[in-house]
Amino acid sequence: MQRRFLIALLTASAITSTAANAQGPDWKKVRIGVEGAYPPFSEMGPDGKLKGFEIDLALAFCTAMGAECTLVQQEFDGLIPALQARKIDAIIASMSITDERKKAIAFSDAYYKTPARFAARSGLQSEMTAAGLKGKKIGVQRATIHEAFVMATFKQSEIVHYATQDQAFLDLKSGRIDLTLADQVAIDQGFLKKPEGRGFAFIGPSYFDTKYFGVGTGVGLRKADAATLGKKFNEAMAALRANGKYKQLNDKYFEYDVWPKP
Amino acid sequence: MLHGFLPSLLEGAAVTLSLALAALAVAILLGLAGAMAKLSSWRWARGLALIYTTLIRGVPDLLLMLLIFYGGQVGLNALALSVGHEDYIDINPYAAGVLTIGFIFGAYLTEAFRGAFLALPPGQAEAGLALGMSPRQIAWRITWPQMFRHALPGLANNWLVLIKSTAIVSVIGLSDLMTRGQQAAGTTREPFVFYLAVALIYLGFTSVSELIFAQLQKRLSTGVSQGRL
Amino acid sequence: MSFDIVVDNIALYLDGALTTLALLLISLLLGLALAIPLALLRSLQGSWISRLIWVYTYIFRGTPMLVQLFLIYYGLAQFEAVRESIFWQLLSSAWFCVCLSFTLNTCAYTTEIIAGSIRALPAGEIEAAQAIGMSRSVMFRRIVLPSALRRALPAYSNEAIFMLHGTALASIVTILDLTGAARQVNATHYIPFEAFITAALFYFLLTLILVGLFHKAEARWLKPLLPR
Repeated sequence: MQRRFLIALLTASAITSTAANAQGPDWKKVRIGVEGAYPPFSEMGPDGKLKGFEIDLALAFCTAMGAECTLVQQEFDGLIPALQARKIDAIIASMSITDERKKAIAFSDAYYKTPARFAARSGLQSEMTAAGLKGKKIGVQRATIHEAFVMATFKQSEIVHYATQDQAFLDLKSGRIDLTLADQVAIDQGFLKKPEGRGFAFIGPSYFDTKYFGVGTGVGLRKADAATLGKKFNEAMAALRANGKYKQLNDKYFEYDVWPKP
Repeated sequence: MLHGFLPSLLEGAAVTLSLALAALAVAILLGLAGAMAKLSSWRWARGLALIYTTLIRGVPDLLLMLLIFYGGQVGLNALALSVGHEDYIDINPYAAGVLTIGFIFGAYLTEAFRGAFLALPPGQAEAGLALGMSPRQIAWRITWPQMFRHALPGLANNWLVLIKSTAIVSVIGLSDLMTRGQQAAGTTREPFVFYLAVALIYLGFTSVSELIFAQLQKRLSTGVSQGRL
Repeated sequence: MSFDIVVDNIALYLDGALTTLALLLISLLLGLALAIPLALLRSLQGSWISRLIWVYTYIFRGTPMLVQLFLIYYGLAQFEAVRESIFWQLLSSAWFCVCLSFTLNTCAYTTEIIAGSIRALPAGEIEAAQAIGMSRSVMFRRIVLPSALRRALPAYSNEAIFMLHGTALASIVTILDLTGAARQVNATHYIPFEAFITAALFYFLLTLILVGLFHKAEARWLKPLLPR
């Protein structure tokens, strides 16, 4: 009796454990992975809803593609693994197109490009070289191009890794780190222009180097889907650029045109 | 004071609570299965249960969560492909959280239930047999009701640890209380206020839980004499 | 399965393992040292200091360790007053914050474990000590503590293992421990399964060693006490 019960219990556990949700290749439904912690591109408002340039853009893409989209929030360093594990179908999270990333996933065309820049307490005088920043603490977000760049270039500094850029800003404010490298617009609107950013400023030049910073931000996709879903995203992008919807969203958030220039 | 984030926090609290309860249900099922496996006469059942409990006790929750969330998905996809299912099956973060936490605490509950089964005087089941009761009747009327009473303290302790562990699901992207607190803290740059609020809500959960379990223990122990201290 | 990338990065994992062990040892030792006097005070029936300590253990056992860690690491840093004070020398370091948070947490659990063990002492032993005329402090030192600590070993071994698992949280606040190493490798090479399984194996080994040590401790100090 005990044995039968045991088998029944195990089967019941197995059945109740599967929450299945199949997906088709005609791309009527697309799950898009977003971060929600990188203003003004994507952030979470007090009402618990996602908002930001990329959120609006993602929804606009979907309308242009005629697809029903679900936005799935994920920590940034978990986005590519989630894509590969088929938890999401696309990544729209300020992910730059780089050769390193292309080894793992595919990208659509780029839909915005902004440079990277350092921020530090105002008045910090330093040569922006490996020797100049020796011993300083530089905060970067894990799995980003900024992290890769800093780790390769500023080997004499102490590099501190964060799960979100917000956490890096918190530590920059409290003085636990001396500098942080991130997207220029994200630093400007997410930190410098806010009350807590008082006393901080950009330091050093803007970085455009395509080797580390890529050719712009694209939609991350599985290699197998590049031909189908990727094509749909590219067409949607072109359509939005042509009918002025892109410009409308652009001007809502930025002072200049962030579309990648060739 | 909370800059309008209170509704968001309360929504997160609701998610946390429902996640914890669902995970508890899974954990109880697995725990009962595991306890019976460990007490069974089949060697492979005992071995499997031993591997299960040893694995869980040997690896941190955080790591297991990361492993099951990604590894589990990969495994499920491979399984689906192997049976010719072209489209892939997806486990949403909520289900992943419930399964992971349920899986982890199933191991701890296995030990709690096993101890509870062993605490029963064997004479009672024997008396039932002598009276001509069928095995199912013995289980339903004699063994299991008493087993639950013995299991209650272990169950209570594990529930308390479980509900605190749910804080880790924020790592796999589930929008629970901890995640909402983190987002609010990040947006308003006032971490102290929000993490304090989150801590108070968790404290509320654990306090209420302890009260409920104390009541349950009283009710299930009617008629049981305890040594006078 | 690309375990070759893991092998290339094995130094990161070994550093991480050392960090994990260091965090564990610091918090366990400090926590235990603090817990012993706290447990003694906690077991004094009906006194206000016992209640005070109860409030401490209630709060630290009733809230997730992650929240406690965030409150100390991010929460305290929010205040200008804290940043200007002398404490900032210590609080600005992630290591200090992590150790402080872990120590406070394990101390709360350990205090309750030892206090419970003290309360479970056979009343006859205490009465005998009082009958011989032992002062309270001598009684605590020679009768209560040795007995209580030995009986607390099984429960304490569980707490030590929970603490080992708990150190993984340090990776969330920038410390490169074992879990941090795995996340780093995953973030750079996108191999979550291999990266995390390797870390899991390391933790498994550490747990086995810890369990073995406690078995030895129990055999030496607890088993002789039990009825044969």
